[in-house]
Amino acid sequence: MSTFEFLLQGLASAMLPMNLIYALIGVTLGTMVGVLPGIGPATTVALLLPVTYQLDATGSLIMFAGIYYGGMYGGSTTSILLNTPGESSSIVTALEGNKMARAGRGGPALATAAIGSFVAGLIATLALAFVAPYIVKLALVFGPREYFALMVLAFITVSSAFGNSALRGLTSLFIGLSLSLVGIDQLTGQNRLSFGVPDLLDGIEVTTMAVAMFAIGETLFIAAQGEQAPDKVEAIRGSVWMTASDWARSWKAWLRGTVIGFPIGAMPAGGAEIGTFLSYATEKRLTKHPEEFGNGAIEGVAGPEAANNASAAGTLVPLLTLGLPTSATAAIMLAGFQQYGLQPGPLLFATNPQLVWGLIASLLIANLMLLVLNLPLVGLWVKLLTIPKPWLYAGILVFATLGTIGANPSVFELGMLLVFGLVAYVMRVFDYPIAPVIVGLILGPLAEQQLRRALAISQGDVTTLVQSPIAAVLLALAAIALILPLILRFRGRGNVLSQMAASED
Amino acid sequence: MSLDNNKTTAEQRRPDWAALVIAAVLVVMAGVIFFDVSRLRDMGGYSQVGPATVPDWIAFCLVGLAIWTVFAAFRRDFPKREKQEIGPVAWVVAGLIAQMVLIRLLGFSIATGVLFGLAAAGFGARRIWISIPAGIVICLAIYWLFAVVLQLSLPAGPLEHLIQ
Repeated sequence: MSTFEFLLQGLASAMLPMNLIYALIGVTLGTMVGVLPGIGPATTVALLLPVTYQLDATGSLIMFAGIYYGGMYGGSTTSILLNTPGESSSIVTALEGNKMARAGRGGPALATAAIGSFVAGLIATLALAFVAPYIVKLALVFGPREYFALMVLAFITVSSAFGNSALRGLTSLFIGLSLSLVGIDQLTGQNRLSFGVPDLLDGIEVTTMAVAMFAIGETLFIAAQGEQAPDKVEAIRGSVWMTASDWARSWKAWLRGTVIGFPIGAMPAGGAEIGTFLSYATEKRLTKHPEEFGNGAIEGVAGPEAANNASAAGTLVPLLTLGLPTSATAAIMLAGFQQYGLQPGPLLFATNPQLVWGLIASLLIANLMLLVLNLPLVGLWVKLLTIPKPWLYAGILVFATLGTIGANPSVFELGMLLVFGLVAYVMRVFDYPIAPVIVGLILGPLAEQQLRRALAISQGDVTTLVQSPIAAVLLALAAIALILPLILRFRGRGNVLSQMAASED
Repeated sequence: MSLDNNKTTAEQRRPDWAALVIAAVLVVMAGVIFFDVSRLRDMGGYSQVGPATVPDWIAFCLVGLAIWTVFAAFRRDFPKREKQEIGPVAWVVAGLIAQMVLIRLLGFSIATGVLFGLAAAGFGARRIWISIPAGIVICLAIYWLFAVVLQLSLPAGPLEHLIQ
């Protein structure tokens, strides 16, 4: 069957009434949680994962797609109206969007963000559908050493290439890798680092870890900042509709943002928010209204928002075709797949095409639903922003623990939540990035299996890892990604990199 | 936890003690991994690649990162830390511990309601005689939604038995 037929079939499956309801619940919950200040898409997905436990695999992944896109829409609403970007990819949106909101143009800012996200999401999801089969074909020739090399590249780009410090990024990564060792070794059945605790035999639960690291750690960190003046929510004054000139200035920015964002997200390397910075820089250079940049230029919202959504759809390319999560959100989605015993990768396209294409189709539908929901309901989302801080964060903690209790109602699991929440808090204080821990925890066991298979085939000869041209190129890229930023920082050019810091996703 | 924000030049020469503690923690982690897998080290089989191989590599890298951290501590490469308020953090942690202790005894709603009240206190709503009961009511509603409607298994206590 051709891609087109698969996609149509997926659409038919996603259009089933029950699946539409799942998608609707997903986008509503996703927007609701995503709009809360300080909560990015990764946290949203981690918090809402347990809601999907009781569904079948297809329904749960469809709801998941909705949560994912909804969380991103919610995040951009927060950054425009509150100027507290929930995640690093919304920083640029806050830059111009909040200025627009202050100037009484919050409505058009939200509209261009919503429509831009829709346009970008639509194009990028279609691109995903058409690119994925080719990557799957490529991936089928990959052996263990190529996979291992690919994962090393992902490790390096997620942890050290971007951000403030290669040292702290790599330390985070290795904390994640160390934690991934806990439990029964999948190749020999031996216990490692479980210290006789039965709860640890299955390893550390990824969802517990993600909720602890993102939601609990963030809450503790915000608590530790003490009493501060409340953030000012900008009221939406005037029309939410865009004028003709807003449209004229936005549409090119949307398309440019999409073209910039998708390939960056689709590369098997981290740093999805780079696209938003590049798009902002591009719009700033091309605009006919340079004086407005910094004071609320609509292109500065339209382009980066489109780039953000396009690269989010792009990260699904390595996730679905190679099983390689390159952002924290993708890593948690992988955990969602794994709870049904599904391993994303080329085989999933062959063994379970309905599921994969159903998911891709529901991304399209979720995207459309959000456009319909988001603008009319924006007043409701804004109300959520005005919940007083004590109730808001107390509520977030209730939901964070609810997920863990629902998955596994044990005191031990709650203890892990607390311990890793505190670890994440300390890491935040010392400016260690969080995402590499999660990526390390999830990819660690996969990378180890591939490495040991490769070495078993070569009978322990390490040079086998660079004897395949593909693996050698990937490892060389990883080495460049590790060393080049070190040189740049050493020569005092680190500012560019820290601007691209991948702080949360 | 009030972390030192060293500013004077005399203090610039002293190492960043907190960073040295982090380096020590990394070494301890490496040690734990190294000794725990030592019993698996002869399981490599013919290729000499076994369950201990990758843990050994990771332990080795952790030690390397610890050394790098020590250098960074002496060069004071770590960014300046903002002042942390210990009080609110203690409230939230107390809430999480209370929930953990109470959940088996009193069920989801009461335990999580106590968490709600104590966490809200951490963020400035100190009237816990209002916020804890409010939290219990909210959690009972959540229990009903998730356990009764969505069939998620949540630990039940005296209150939960009333609504089932």
